[in-house]
Amino acid sequence: MEQSPFIEPAFIDIQGVAKTFTTRGGVVHALQPTDLVIKKGEMFGILGFSGAGKSTLLRILNRLEEPTAGRVTIGGREITALQGAELRAARASIGMIFQQFNLLAQRTALENVALALDIEGIRGAERVTRAREALATVGLADKEHAYPSQLSGGQRQRVAIARALVHNPAVLLSDEATSALDPHSALSILRFLKQLNRERGMTIVLVTHDINVASYMCDRAVIMEKGRIVEFMDMKNPQPTSTLGKFFIETGHGWTDQTVVPEGEAV
Amino acid sequence: MFAALITALVEFWPDLQKAFFDTLLMVGVTMLFAILIGTPLGLFLFLTERGGLAAAPNLHRVAGYVVNALRSFPFIILMVVLIPLARIVVGTSIGPKAAALSLSVAAIPFFARMVEQNLREVPRGLVDAALACGASTRQVIRYVLVPEAMPGLIGSVTVTTIGFIAYSAVAGAIGAGGLGDLAIRYGYYRFETSVMVWCVIIMFLLVQVVQWFGTWLGRRLDRR
Repeated sequence: MEQSPFIEPAFIDIQGVAKTFTTRGGVVHALQPTDLVIKKGEMFGILGFSGAGKSTLLRILNRLEEPTAGRVTIGGREITALQGAELRAARASIGMIFQQFNLLAQRTALENVALALDIEGIRGAERVTRAREALATVGLADKEHAYPSQLSGGQRQRVAIARALVHNPAVLLSDEATSALDPHSALSILRFLKQLNRERGMTIVLVTHDINVASYMCDRAVIMEKGRIVEFMDMKNPQPTSTLGKFFIETGHGWTDQTVVPEGEAV
Repeated sequence: MFAALITALVEFWPDLQKAFFDTLLMVGVTMLFAILIGTPLGLFLFLTERGGLAAAPNLHRVAGYVVNALRSFPFIILMVVLIPLARIVVGTSIGPKAAALSLSVAAIPFFARMVEQNLREVPRGLVDAALACGASTRQVIRYVLVPEAMPGLIGSVTVTTIGFIAYSAVAGAIGAGGLGDLAIRYGYYRFETSVMVWCVIIMFLLVQVVQWFGTWLGRRLDRR
């Protein structure tokens, strides 16, 4: 796996990370030993079909999944060495969004954003003010009293993004965040993530099975298959060598910043 | 027939009233313990299972066996078995207080399993989202599991309450007091059918009210 020698100091440094588990049928390698370096401020893609191990790799970055081997360092902090309160504090500084949005059905949009503040122990006026700010950032200031069931998919994902932004994280992990959305909602969410990346220098690690998402969004990406990285790709000038890499590049149709999102859609 | 019913109502009013409050007492105490002890027990079962937030498969298995053992007792036998315990705890083996003990012992594991099931219905992704925000297990319980399971939990309280209104009548067979006891003593042993009919009517109304309230509250709280 070649990595440019002149790369900037690693921001996310993944070394020998692996995940195996034992079932009755024997040992399953969800993730083969993997090395990966992601730069600060980068928009990095992890591309592959379902079951390729890309979500496992992503979820190891904030230890929602425990690796069975290897080391993860983010911003100089060894995530895989942390326990208890330290681990929870590190997780709070890493935002994460999901395919199914994972909003609490029994809380309003504002209260969903405030969950992150409840967890941090922030109460009273500051809690409401900060949650409102985050909701305004994603363009949903007027929806604070709406429950998730009253919002569109795109709006739900925006609430989830607001929840992730409350702590102003340096890293955002996106696990198929636009896979459950209509194309126009997806594009709108992707544009918003791009804006976060550009304006705040937020490092975004984006898991997707959609080459169009990776092509549109990412500076670099890895392609995964059967728990291992089969190809590193410069997404601005992709020259795939693996069969899977070629398949992805040949099936993409491409979005651009000029693609117009249809009017009148609540996204 | 109608006249006989009215006569019985007037004649047995004090007995019916006492029986009604005895039933309320038994079921009330039972539900209090079912909720106070069954809820944490259900949480424990849920959290300790393999892959759970506080996975402890061995503890989970032990708790599971205890719950299953208590639940496999036919209720009438459980009551007999618990007579010595009732003497120690409430000082008597008959009456509504003694019955409330047996009913509670039966209701706690029943309710715990329902709580476990309600928690299982909370999507795992919601727990992941809270953990990703830095939540501790305690915070996941407080902010995610219990509130998100609440409509289901209210349904479980309703089902358990109604189930144990019926069980409290079975307890009448060993002199528990309450409406079931009154129905058996007069209706079955003394052929006072009218009294039995009133007991059944009152229990029917009680069940209706509980079900109506449970459904109303569950709907009102649920935002899905």
